Amino acid sequence: MNSIFVYCELTEEKNIADVSLELCSKGRKLANQLDVQLEAIVIGDVDEGIASQLSPYGVDVVHLAQDNRLFPYQTLPHAAIMIDLIKNEKPQIAIIGATPIGRDLAPRVASALRCGLTADCTELAIGSHVEPKTQKEYKNLLLQIRPAFGGNIIATIINPETRPQMATVREGVMKKEIVSTTYNTKISKVDIGKILKPEHFILQIIERHVEAQKINIKNANIIVAGGYGMGSKENFQMLFEFAKLIGAEVGASRAAVDAGFTESERQIGQTGVTVRPKLYIACGISGAVQHRAGMAESATIISINTDPKAPINEIADYVIIGDVNSVIPKMIKFYKQNIK
Amino acid sequence: MSFKIVVLAKQVPDTANVTQDAMKEDGTVNRAVLPVIFNPDDLHALEMALSVKDKIKGSEVILLTMGPVRATEIIREALFRGADRGYLLTDRRFAGSDTLATSYALSMAIKKLWPVDLVFTGRQAIDGDTAQVGPQTAEKLGLSQITYAEKLIDIDDSSITIKRRLGRGIEIIKAPLPCLITVNQSAPRCRFRNAKLVMKYKRAASISELQERNEDYYQLFENKPYLKIDEWGVEDINADVNWLGLSGSPTKVKKIENVVFKAKENLILSDNDNDIDNLMKTLINSHIIG
Repeated sequence: MNSIFVYCELTEEKNIADVSLELCSKGRKLANQLDVQLEAIVIGDVDEGIASQLSPYGVDVVHLAQDNRLFPYQTLPHAAIMIDLIKNEKPQIAIIGATPIGRDLAPRVASALRCGLTADCTELAIGSHVEPKTQKEYKNLLLQIRPAFGGNIIATIINPETRPQMATVREGVMKKEIVSTTYNTKISKVDIGKILKPEHFILQIIERHVEAQKINIKNANIIVAGGYGMGSKENFQMLFEFAKLIGAEVGASRAAVDAGFTESERQIGQTGVTVRPKLYIACGISGAVQHRAGMAESATIISINTDPKAPINEIADYVIIGDVNSVIPKMIKFYKQNIK
Repeated sequence: MSFKIVVLAKQVPDTANVTQDAMKEDGTVNRAVLPVIFNPDDLHALEMALSVKDKIKGSEVILLTMGPVRATEIIREALFRGADRGYLLTDRRFAGSDTLATSYALSMAIKKLWPVDLVFTGRQAIDGDTAQVGPQTAEKLGLSQITYAEKLIDIDDSSITIKRRLGRGIEIIKAPLPCLITVNQSAPRCRFRNAKLVMKYKRAASISELQERNEDYYQLFENKPYLKIDEWGVEDINADVNWLGLSGSPTKVKKIENVVFKAKENLILSDNDNDIDNLMKTLINSHIIG
């Protein structure tokens, strides 16, 4: 039966990116439902050892395209390898992280294969569909669920006729889950000599500075997130003090990032990362639908806001009506007095 | 040496300012009540195209958009800011196109304008946020692509050098021409309208617009041909209708829902010391913090 493909992105340290492991975990579940194999594609200058990072997540086959010209990522050679592999192996589903690389690669591949592609899915499922006009029934389709229209609606997209069914998924949306520490993963080497041509390397990388990921709010147990209501970059600094004290990471709403209060890597929501910590403290965040989509699954939510009607309060367990700039110092004070 | 530069742009509903009445009862979007704007990223793309034209004299910037007759507005806007001409792809058979069908239509229109040296477009449109049409159009034209462009570093007669913004860094890429570039919002903002150009082009229009207003266009375009904004349909760009609209779109919308979050029963607290101390105690005692 036709398998599920996951394109695996490499980090600056040449490890498999978290988002790709998350997709392998989701891919494993979909593969079980469909009773097919889960296959990963790794393109870069890494050797077979890379498979050990993937096998715990239940990957059956790793297609490895190894060449020193394939790292760092470039559109044309990576697309050429993906297109060739998909044409030969004919997977029914291909999923890719909605990262800067994935969003550059996926549309190029989908266009060449003339297949449907859905961007930035927040959920993937298997389901059936009956075409209203023809009453034709499609079984075991990939249901691609994504926010649309600036996050105001949620759409379920399907590709009834074309294969593979392609989708990109944002980082943090799916959960990483280890299946087995002794999973048997086969390696299939891609014969890149037959695929790559000089014209795939016409772009020249003149300079490149990419930093390793330093901020990892996705895996934090506690997140203190600030919004536009923090008022200024200086006030925002207080959140770092509070977060350090209680062992939290600092997150931000899009409005806070756009206002320059903090860096975009901390952005939570549909255009940032999705988080589900034990505790989420929203400070001066009104809670636009796009933000709530990225944190609504937090176990406990505290909202600190001067506006009792802020939308975020609806999904909060505790709502403190007040100014963050007086509430946070009180929390800090209590914590310092009671925890050594 | 001079270049022919195409800018792909889209008129979009202003999704950043969606109000409650913009959503219908059934969860679909009531486009009629939403104001429309020039897609923000596409304005940055227009600016980058105009900056190439500033450097390479005699170059021509052509705005290409697909949409209803109303979308002619963004072509006029581009003319006011320095574009030389524009084309509106408008035809009922384009309606319902997903990104693949849209990129097919755009690529056929660009082929009609060929030879083209550079294509610029915004990274993504705010109504779909897919960022797919740029790369897909590049693929259909067999062009290389540079995504997330932030700055034009250099341009000469055979290549362009671009600084691109990645998640945690930058890359400077040199690409031979022709190529397609998608532009980020972190790129320079678009220049303002130029008063002289506004005077020159304020009556620029498409024939459909003038017909809607019952104005006589024959005389106008006879005297001032530069005021005519051309409209292209399926046949004008030699497109195959099977690859357009709903039939040419592999993705289908199965269902649309409103975003609903499960409301929680919540405890409302004030900001007095007592309330906050009690909350902190609860959090510490339940080992959520501390």
